[in-house]
Amino acid sequence: MDAIRRALLPTEEAQALFELTEELGREELAPRAAAAEAAAEFPRDVFRLIGRSGLLGLPYDEEYGGGSQPYAVYLQVVEELARHWLAVGLGVSVHTLSCHALAEYGTDKQRKYWLPDMIGGEQLGAYCLSEPEHGSDAANLTTRAAADGDEYVIDGTKAWITHGGQADFYTVLARTGEPGARGISAFLVDSAAAGLSAAEPEHKMGMRSSTTSQMVFEGVRVPAERQIGELGQGFEIAMRALDCGRLGIAACAVGVAQAALDTATAYAKQREQFGKPIIRHEAVGFLLADMAARTEVGRAAYLAAARLRDLGLPFARQAAIAKLHCTDAAMQTTIDAVQVLGGAGYTTDFPVERYLREAKVLQIVEGTNQIQRRVIAKALERG
Amino acid sequence: MKIVVLVKQVPDTAADKRLDPDTLAVDRGAVDGLINEMDEFAVEEALQLVEKHGGEVTVVSMGPDDATDAYKKALQMGADKAVFLSDPALAGSDALATSEALAKVLGTLEYDLVILGSEASDARTSLVPALLAERLGLPQLTFASKVEVDGSAIRVNRLTDYGHDVVEAALPAVVSVVEKINEPRYPSFKGIMAAKKKPVEALDLAGLGLDAGSVGWAGSRSKVLDATVAPPRAKGTIVTDEGNGGSELVGFLASKKFV
Ligand SMILES: Cc1cc2nc3c(=O)[nH]c(=O)nc-3n(C[C@H](O)[C@H](O)[C@H](O)COP(=O)(O)OP(=O)(O)OC[C@H]3O[C@@H](n4cnc5c(N)ncnc54)[C@H](O)[C@@H]3O)c2cc1C
Ligand SMILES: Cc1cc2nc3c(=O)[nH]c(=O)nc-3n(C[C@H](O)[C@H](O)[C@H](O)COP(=O)(O)OP(=O)(O)OC[C@H]3O[C@@H](n4cnc5c(N)ncnc54)[C@H](O)[C@@H]3O)c2cc1C
Repeated sequence: MDAIRRALLPTEEAQALFELTEELGREELAPRAAAAEAAAEFPRDVFRLIGRSGLLGLPYDEEYGGGSQPYAVYLQVVEELARHWLAVGLGVSVHTLSCHALAEYGTDKQRKYWLPDMIGGEQLGAYCLSEPEHGSDAANLTTRAAADGDEYVIDGTKAWITHGGQADFYTVLARTGEPGARGISAFLVDSAAAGLSAAEPEHKMGMRSSTTSQMVFEGVRVPAERQIGELGQGFEIAMRALDCGRLGIAACAVGVAQAALDTATAYAKQREQFGKPIIRHEAVGFLLADMAARTEVGRAAYLAAARLRDLGLPFARQAAIAKLHCTDAAMQTTIDAVQVLGGAGYTTDFPVERYLREAKVLQIVEGTNQIQRRVIAKALERG
Repeated sequence: MKIVVLVKQVPDTAADKRLDPDTLAVDRGAVDGLINEMDEFAVEEALQLVEKHGGEVTVVSMGPDDATDAYKKALQMGADKAVFLSDPALAGSDALATSEALAKVLGTLEYDLVILGSEASDARTSLVPALLAERLGLPQLTFASKVEVDGSAIRVNRLTDYGHDVVEAALPAVVSVVEKINEPRYPSFKGIMAAKKKPVEALDLAGLGLDAGSVGWAGSRSKVLDATVAPPRAKGTIVTDEGNGGSELVGFLASKKFV
C-alpha cells in the first residue's frame, strides 16, 4: 500500500482491510479475470471467497454480522476489487445495494431475521428496478404486486438484472397502488420462490463475466412480512439505495481507470520510438498526465460524497457528480490507454481494450450519465 | 492439543533486495517485510489440527522490533496468541544462534507439537527446524506434506525426491512442512479485527535470561566474509530451424555434456 492510500484510510483496521483486499485481488482475481471475461463465466466461487473474508457486508452494522465500515473505506475496497476485475467490484457494489432496502427500511424483526444471512458472505443479492419498457423512467414501472390475503402475488418482467439467475435473493420494486412514483413498494424475494425464473443472459460487449438477465415473475407469491418499508415507499427506497449504489459505480470506474493508467504508464516507460521511451514524447506524457489527473480527481470526488454520507448529511447531488465524473473519466482514460499502447493496445494481448469495453457500461448503469446530469441540474435548481 | 508455530518475517520476495554494505546482511529496512510464505502453510496446518482435535495455537516470532507483520498475519488467520522475541543484540544471528534463542522461548511454553515452514525465503538454509529439534531433544519430522495426529502419536508423509516416506514419532515433536501440505486460508475482516485483541507477549534477551554473547553477531559461528552482485544472466542462444534445427540442438546439448 502506498503512502497516499494509507492517508486515505482512516484507521489501522481499514488499512488492514485494504491490504487483505489487495492480496485477494492480486492472488485470486487478477490471474482469472481475462479468461473469465472471454468465456463470460460468472465467478460464483470468487464471491464465496471474498464473502468468507467479510467483504460482502462491509458498510452494514456489526450487530447483524457486517463490518461497520464507513462508506469512505468500503468504497476503496470496491475500487481495489474493480481494479483487478470489474465484474467482482461491481458485483460487490450491486450486492451491497440489494441489501440496502432491508438494512435501512426494514423493521428490527425483519432485519434480525434476514440480514445476517444476506451479508454473512455465503449469499449474493440482486436489485430489480429496471424493466424492458421502463429504464431511466423507472417511476412508471409496471410489474405488479397484488395483495392476496397475507401474501402478495408478483407478475411482470424485470430487465438487465445483475446476478439474475445467480443471486440468492432479489430486492424487487413493484407496483402496489396508484400510477407513478407513489404507487411502488419494495419486496425481498427468495430465489427459490415458485414462478420466478431468469431468462437467457444478455450477450454484452464487456463485463461479460457478470451475468445480466431478465427476471420473469409469474404469479410469484411473497409473504407480506417480506414487504419492506411502508406501502408506496418503494420508489423512495429505490432512489436512496441508488444514491449509495452510484458511489459504488464511481469507485468501480476509478478502479478500471487506475488499471488502465498503470498499464499505459508501464508500457510508455519501456516502449521506445524515435530513440526514446514514448513517455518522453510530450504528446504521450501529457496524455498520461491527464489520465492520472482525471483518475485522482475521481477518487477525491467519490470520497468527498462518501464523507458526507458517513456524517449523516445529504449527499445525493455529490453522489451524482461523482458517478458522472468518475465514469466519464474512466471512459476517456481507457480510450487513451489504448492509444498509448498503439497497435498493441488494440489486441487482446493487453488488457486495455477490455478496460475500454468495461468502462462503457459504467456510463449506463444505475442511472445513465444523462440522468445524473438531470439529478444535478434539479438539485441546482432547488438550490 | 497445544501447538506452537514459528513464523519469520522476511523481505518481500518480489522486491529488489540488497545487502547492507557494512554488515553484508540483507538490508531489511529497505523493503517491505511480510510473513515467510512457507510459514503460512505451517500456521494453516496448526489451525486445521486444532479444528480437528481441539486446543490452541501460539505463534512465536523473532526479529527486529518492527517485524510484527508475520505474527500479526498468523493471528489474523486464527492463531490464539503470540510471543515476539526482539532485542538489538539478536541482530546478525545465524541459524545456530537463532535456534538457540527460539529453543529458549519454547522452554517457557507448554506444547505438544512445534510446526515450522521448511525454509525461509530469505536465507533458505532449512536448518532451523532440525537445529531446534536437536536443542529441544525432540523427534524431528521434516518436509512434511501430510500430518496426522492420533492420540500421542504423529505420522507424517516426508517429501523426498522419489515420493514420500512415512515417518512416525511420539509427541511432543517438531515438524517442518512443505507447500504441498495445504491451502493457507485468507484472514477474514473479522479475523483481522479480532487479532488486535489477542494477547502478544513481548520478550527480550534479559526477560528470557539469555546471554547476549550466545546470539547475534557475537554468538554466530558463520560469518559472511564477502559478497558480490550476481552477474547478469548471459544471453541465450536462439536456434532458427532451417531444416537442421534438430542436429543444432543435439550439438548444443552435446557441447554442454548433457547427451
Ligand atoms: C450491464 C448492466 C447491468 C445492469 N444491472 C441492473 C440491475 O442490477 N438492476 C436494475 O434494476 N437495472 C440494471 N441495469 C439497467 C440500467 O440501470 C439501465 O440500463 C439504465 O437505467 C438505462 O435504462 P435503459 O437501458 O432502459 O435506457 P433508456 O432509459 O431507454 O435510455 C436510452 C437513452 O436515453 C437517454 N435518456 C432517457 N431518458 C432521458 C432524459 N429524461 N433526459 C435525457 N436523456 C434521457 C438515456 O440517458 C440513454 O442514453 C443494468 C444495465 C446494464 C447494461
Ligand atoms: C488492426 C491493425 C492493422 C494494421 N495494419 C497494418 C498494415 O497493414 N501494415 C503496416 O505496416 N502496419 C499496420 N499496422 C500497424 C500500425 O500502423 C501501427 O500500429 C501504428 O503505426 C502505431 O505503431 P505502434 O503500434 O508500434 O505504436 P507506437 O509507435 O509504439 O506508438 C505508441 C504510442 O506512442 C505514440 N508516439 C510514438 N512516437 C511518438 C512521437 N514521436 N511523438 C508523440 N507520440 C508518439 C503513438 O502515437 C502511440 O500513441 C496495423 C495496426 C493495427 C492495429
